[in-house]
Amino acid sequence: MPSSTPDSTVGEPIIEVDSLVRHFGTQKVLDGVSFKVHAGDTFVIMGGSGCGKSTLLRHLIGTEKPTSGSIKIFGQEITTMRAEALQKLRGRYGMLFQSGALLQSLTVAENVALPLIEHTQLDAGLIDTVVKMKLEQVGLTGHGHKKPSEISGGMKKRAALARALALDPPLVFSDEPTAGLDPIMTAVVDELTQRLTQKIGATVVVVTHDMNSVFRIGTRIIMLGTGPNQGRIIAQGTPEEIKAHPHPAVQQFINGDPEGGADDSGELLYRETLLGSNETGRYSRSAILSKS
Amino acid sequence: MIVALRQYFALCGDLLYWLFAAPFRGKPWRIGHTFAQIVRIGVHAVPMSALTALTIGVVLAMQSAAQLAKLGATVYVPGLVSSSLIRELAPLVTAVIVIGRSGSSVTAELGTMKVSEEIEALEVMAIPPMSWLIVPRFLAMVIMMPLLTVFSIYVGLAGGWLISHYSLHMSTAFYVSHALQYVELRDVGIGLLKSGVFGVLVVTIACSIGLNVSGGAEGVGLATTRSVVVSLLSVFIANAVLTALFFF
Ligand SMILES: Nc1ncnc2c1ncn2[C@@H]1O[C@H](COP(=O)(O)OP(=O)(O)O)[C@@H](O)[C@H]1O
Ligand SMILES: [Mg+2]
Repeated sequence: MPSSTPDSTVGEPIIEVDSLVRHFGTQKVLDGVSFKVHAGDTFVIMGGSGCGKSTLLRHLIGTEKPTSGSIKIFGQEITTMRAEALQKLRGRYGMLFQSGALLQSLTVAENVALPLIEHTQLDAGLIDTVVKMKLEQVGLTGHGHKKPSEISGGMKKRAALARALALDPPLVFSDEPTAGLDPIMTAVVDELTQRLTQKIGATVVVVTHDMNSVFRIGTRIIMLGTGPNQGRIIAQGTPEEIKAHPHPAVQQFINGDPEGGADDSGELLYRETLLGSNETGRYSRSAILSKS
Repeated sequence: MIVALRQYFALCGDLLYWLFAAPFRGKPWRIGHTFAQIVRIGVHAVPMSALTALTIGVVLAMQSAAQLAKLGATVYVPGLVSSSLIRELAPLVTAVIVIGRSGSSVTAELGTMKVSEEIEALEVMAIPPMSWLIVPRFLAMVIMMPLLTVFSIYVGLAGGWLISHYSLHMSTAFYVSHALQYVELRDVGIGLLKSGVFGVLVVTIACSIGLNVSGGAEGVGLATTRSVVVSLLSVFIANAVLTALFFF
């Protein structure tokens, strides 16, 4: 039933999020988020720092439970799922964390090998070959023997991406895969992401700040708001629709314009930067010094 | 406090499942990891336990000799050293050493893994942290705490022998026979039971606090301190309760 939903682009829905709400204390980090991700999509989540992108991803992978709302992955409701069923489902997706989250006690190669050792019956030689191949794909040939503490932030990111792709999962989540990478590596990682959807037919959900990446790889895009629109989707659509989107905050984000349009949050942010104050009050030199 | 208790009992519940139910559902204990932890938690604590136990044995012998000499009853020194060591001091002192050396490092390690998203990464890779991290540490602690305690008893007895032999001029045979004369199997059983209980307390507290760290590197530091304080208090209270239990 690919054509039964108006916003279907490629195939059946892989992820369906409905009225997702999440509070941390009194802070509403997600406030009624709804969207669908279809098979073969490269679904981009963009938005300002702290707007809840990583939190949204955490809910999608089931490590955080929402305050209310529903999340279906591969047609299964995960918000109420029991641990064992959730674990089965997790064999079908990979996740690249914002910090990489490589296991510090293992080498880079061991990190990439881990999902293969745990979830396949491959023999050691074959695992070695796969690991080499995955490391090569992310440009880390020759770094497999190093500990995560011995490589740079960008390299960690790429190693973590290799680990997330180790089992060739049909669904991949990726939290700022290109943050901290140089332009060439950014292009390499973007190309890898594109190859996932185009060659393997995987579905990818990417959080990114990088506007070049967004329009290079995205097939559908949502933007989360900040300030008064915190936790809500302020724009969604195809790259063309987003480029032409009338919402001032969207245009401001795309153009990297600090003044932006008439949007309150942008205006506020701008003034705060100039005046050195934020919503919690003025920055005071003595207050900061007295804390340390 | 209430949140921490809830987290603690949740961990204990999970642990029971992963210790006793999961192995029958095709998720066996990870023996390799357990050995690695036995080395880290247990073997590396040996030198410090030895040194501490030796000083305790020496001090016990000197202290009791000073008192018993007034009654002309220094023959009771070996018995006093052995019974205090076996029932009270060796389990307690070993637990204190293990808390400072191994409990704190378990909390710091798990806390660091938590704030760097490593624990979440394990979950998402469908590798349950309970099976990968917690069960091996639990098994290692529950095996090593009693073993370290037995070891401490021997070293402590050696410390007592040093004083008895060189200062009180007892023969080694006399020291050994008198040291063993007042020890019943029941005492050894109580000593080991205590150390087992301490082991369970220390490792579950260390893991629970470590897994629930929040607030970055600063949070890890605070959690490590809290883990040591809570473990020490729990062990001292448990010791009093257990001693009272077998006293009456
Ligand atoms: N565990 C948590 N407890 C309290 N607040 C949190 C927690 N995780 C995230 N937040 C808050 O949620 C907001 C969104 O965070 P995040 O999803 O990391 O933003 P980003 O869009 O930059 O990835 C932030 O204001 C952050 O302070
Ligand atoms: Mg983030």
